[in-house]
Amino acid sequence: MHFFKKNNLITIGLVGLLLAILTISGCSAPVPVELNVSAAASLTDVLKEINTLYTQENPDVTITPNFASSGTLQQQIEQGAPVDVFLSAAAKQMDNLQKEELILNDTRQNLVNNTLVLIVPIDSTLGITSLNDLAADKVKQIAICDPKSSPAGTYAQQAFDELGITAKVGPKEVLGSDVRQVLTYVETGNVQAGLVYSTDALISTKVKVVASVPADVNAKIIYPIAIIKASKNVDAAKAYIAFLFSDKAKTIFEKYGFTMVNK
Amino acid sequence: MTETYLAPLWISLKTVIVATAITFFLGIAAARWMAHYSGKLKGLIDGLFILPLVLPPTVVGLGLLLIFGKNGPIGEFLALFNTTIVFSWPATVISAVTMSFPLMYMTARGAFEQVDTHVEDAARTLGASEWRVFWSVTLPLAWPGVAAATALSLARCLGEFGATLMLAGNIPGRTATIPVAIYFSIQAGDMNEALILVGIVLVIAFGALAAIAYWKGKAYKARAMMVNRESVE
Repeated sequence: MHFFKKNNLITIGLVGLLLAILTISGCSAPVPVELNVSAAASLTDVLKEINTLYTQENPDVTITPNFASSGTLQQQIEQGAPVDVFLSAAAKQMDNLQKEELILNDTRQNLVNNTLVLIVPIDSTLGITSLNDLAADKVKQIAICDPKSSPAGTYAQQAFDELGITAKVGPKEVLGSDVRQVLTYVETGNVQAGLVYSTDALISTKVKVVASVPADVNAKIIYPIAIIKASKNVDAAKAYIAFLFSDKAKTIFEKYGFTMVNK
Repeated sequence: MTETYLAPLWISLKTVIVATAITFFLGIAAARWMAHYSGKLKGLIDGLFILPLVLPPTVVGLGLLLIFGKNGPIGEFLALFNTTIVFSWPATVISAVTMSFPLMYMTARGAFEQVDTHVEDAARTLGASEWRVFWSVTLPLAWPGVAAATALSLARCLGEFGATLMLAGNIPGRTATIPVAIYFSIQAGDMNEALILVGIVLVIAFGALAAIAYWKGKAYKARAMMVNRESVE
């Protein structure tokens, strides 16, 4: 009889009510999903806008972006970073992950193209009009991405090789860790020229584009996307990728200067 | 092969030797000055000297870039002589000195303030000038602390990365010190290259610290011998 004292009954009643409320509320609300998206540095601004639109339309999804050079991102995934979607600036990094069986092969697709351009500070008076001008003595320092870890650097190196100016240009190179760093180097005028994507040059008001790399180098610039095998949110990742291929996303990509890959 | 390892090694050695030497003299001078300074600005100057230690290295690097860069005061001045500091080897020395100076300054000042003022005063009563007091009394007595300060500064110069990357950049063969080379090797996925560079840096670090410990040990022994002789006489 002592158990059924008034105080005990009230306490049990309240606890029961609390449990009921929690159970009911748990049943009806959708479980929030967090997607970790690792993307090449050149996609920083365009993906931020696309992600904002996506989360507006899908409030139960949070996108956590991680921007760096594709080589760095590949490294992170190889070392076990919890990434759901990988968007690389070149096939090489995706190929490496595919070889190591770290991606879901059937989710790999080519998303966008880009072009590599030669930029100079907006107030530059050196009269640089082509890549060949980089071999001249008046150009002391050129910023490119580190070819070992960034596709933009590899493409730049390929362009130099094709034009036969690698020997002259090599000693002048200042290596950045990603395109945004190279962009900053040129913006601040601490180098006389740099090679970045046309989409990066578009973002900046302190540089001007003076030339483009040879067409066949540009033709190779392709951004593949895939879902990482260890992802715990494969369905949500698939929905996100589908959105990136949609017309809404296409408008935003093209606004920033990217071109969609023809399927 | 040798380019990948010898170049960063050579650049790091040059930078560490020059930067530690500069920090050694600047730090001792500043410590000596501040130990005796009691003006109103003492706190402010002290804070300024210690600032690079407190701020993140990239922030210090940014500050250096703003000063020495194309649009900065010193940068513009040097441009008149057609010299640029940014992305040049001297930039590695400037970054290393800036980051190691607070360590040298603080530790040396602590060592100077620990010296028994009675001994210094005794020297003064015997007619020694301030300069002589410093060289013949204060500095020898503070030597173990100064040696420790030098060791700390050397280690800091060797490991300096953030500010160096901002001011000197990554130019293999010209400004890429060992820490910078390690960072970019890891970014490129070349773990073997990175680990070999780490090994090189460990060898240098231990070698230098062993040398400083030996040097400090000799100073201790010399002093102990002096004290023994005096007590016997």
